[in-house]
Amino acid sequence: MSTVAIELAGVKKSFGDKVIVNELSFSVARGECFGLLGPNGAGKSTIARMLLGMISPDAGTITVLNEPVPSRARVARVRIGVVPQFDNLELEFTVRENLLVFGRYFGMSARKIEAVAPSLLEFARLESKADVRVSELSGGMKRRLTLARALINDPHLLVMDEPTTGLDPHARHLIWERLRVLLARGKTILLTTHFMEEAERLCDRLCVLEGGRKIAEGKPDGLIDEHIGCNVVEIYGDDPHQLCELIRPHARHIEVSGETLFCYTPHPDQVRVKLRGRAGLRILQRPPNLEDVFLRLTGREMEK
Amino acid sequence: MGESFAAVMPANAYNWIAVWRRNFLAWKKVALASILGNLADPITNLFGLGFGLGLIVGRVEGTSYIAFLAAGMVATSAMTSATFETMYAAFARMDAKRTWEAILSTQLTLGDIVLGELVWAASKSVLAGTAIGIVAATLGYASWPSILYAMPTIALTGLVFASLAMVVIALAPSYDYFVFYQTLVLTPMVFLCGVVFPASQLPGSFQQFAGLLPLAHSVDLIRPAMLERGADSAALHVGALCVYAVLPFFASTALFRRRLLR
Repeated sequence: MSTVAIELAGVKKSFGDKVIVNELSFSVARGECFGLLGPNGAGKSTIARMLLGMISPDAGTITVLNEPVPSRARVARVRIGVVPQFDNLELEFTVRENLLVFGRYFGMSARKIEAVAPSLLEFARLESKADVRVSELSGGMKRRLTLARALINDPHLLVMDEPTTGLDPHARHLIWERLRVLLARGKTILLTTHFMEEAERLCDRLCVLEGGRKIAEGKPDGLIDEHIGCNVVEIYGDDPHQLCELIRPHARHIEVSGETLFCYTPHPDQVRVKLRGRAGLRILQRPPNLEDVFLRLTGREMEK
Repeated sequence: MGESFAAVMPANAYNWIAVWRRNFLAWKKVALASILGNLADPITNLFGLGFGLGLIVGRVEGTSYIAFLAAGMVATSAMTSATFETMYAAFARMDAKRTWEAILSTQLTLGDIVLGELVWAASKSVLAGTAIGIVAATLGYASWPSILYAMPTIALTGLVFASLAMVVIALAPSYDYFVFYQTLVLTPMVFLCGVVFPASQLPGSFQQFAGLLPLAHSVDLIRPAMLERGADSAALHVGALCVYAVLPFFASTALFRRRLLR
């Protein structure tokens, strides 16, 4: 069996005259967590749906788990688990019934579903909710049930479209922890996200998208080193353009976004010295992150 | 196009059963209300129209008006039951509830889903049609075995109108458009197809047109079955209903493909 789980080559998709995905190529190895990172409208969901055969590319080739997609997407989907962007659970059914109904779509017998359900409920931390109607669950519980449901066919690959969007931080951390358990079990995960933190914490590699194009690809820390490679000082509270002139000699690079000035510098202390005595300024010094990479590559912040 | 169209067709002969069972599980939770509704509606109609009009009208085609009407109502209720199940419940599962989207991420195809929904809607038709038959038989206007004879046609009628409604929901942007199908297609069909009065009362050209409509074929099969008479040209009626069930199935699946899988 090939060590490649997903392979895209020269994939293009337009709706009308709007280009959604433009000459996109990447590959995901088995056992890897690969992220598609980008703002809303970057084409992430379209790509996720293309991997499942729900959208056909205008050009290029897609191979998922050795099957050509979309022509043999149905065969590939037997070994894929999907966590969609919007919950599509059966709200009138109980947690257990949701697993039963979904398992049947994979041709599983009731006995087989009942055999795997307890471990899935335990994985999703929903053991005590097995007979509760889904409409009574919290947002985080629904997401965890969606994750458990996606695992019912014991998939090799999980495709997750914004798995933690709309969740509170506690619920989000619980999902992240569960996903790390799945990676430790050898599952391959492709996830789309616009959370930099999610991408940095989970992804082995990621692809940064803007307007349907790939603008960077690599390991999160590799991308940060390559594109930033020094400390960041965020300054706000005064006219950023005026401040810009003041600190430029000590900066490797400066970006202004809204009222915030991002100063990329190997010498943050010298920048602080320059700003000393200016009232009303708020200064935050921090290590660089993927947000900075995105800002550097596109000249704008990723909306949240 | 040919290859990708084949990819959305039912993948095998049994995948649809999982969709049917999903709908059955949802229905079981409201089964009592559903059955009571299916019984209450024909009881009111048969009493109201049958006794009221029946006294004025007298005998029709050699039987009491209430027995004549009961057979027509069995066909009509099979039609409306399958239509409404598809237009409202299946549309919600396709659209707002995203149930179809969830199913499409499994090994089922769009054709499997549409087929499962059609057979489910036909099952609800059997329930609704049989309920009227039971009311009619209890009141003595039909024999108990005649309900069994009518059942295959009731099921086929359900498939036909579910299939036609599938085309409507594949095209309609929202619920608001369904009313056109109800008022411009279904309601005229009830009056053209010999449900409440014999189609022979219609002007000649209307009769010819009505003879093409699916409900006319259902009525021409169900009424003789319920009155325990031999049906004329039964094979023709069954054949016509089969065409009305099968062609819209392919058309709606192709339309859903355009709508849901771009």
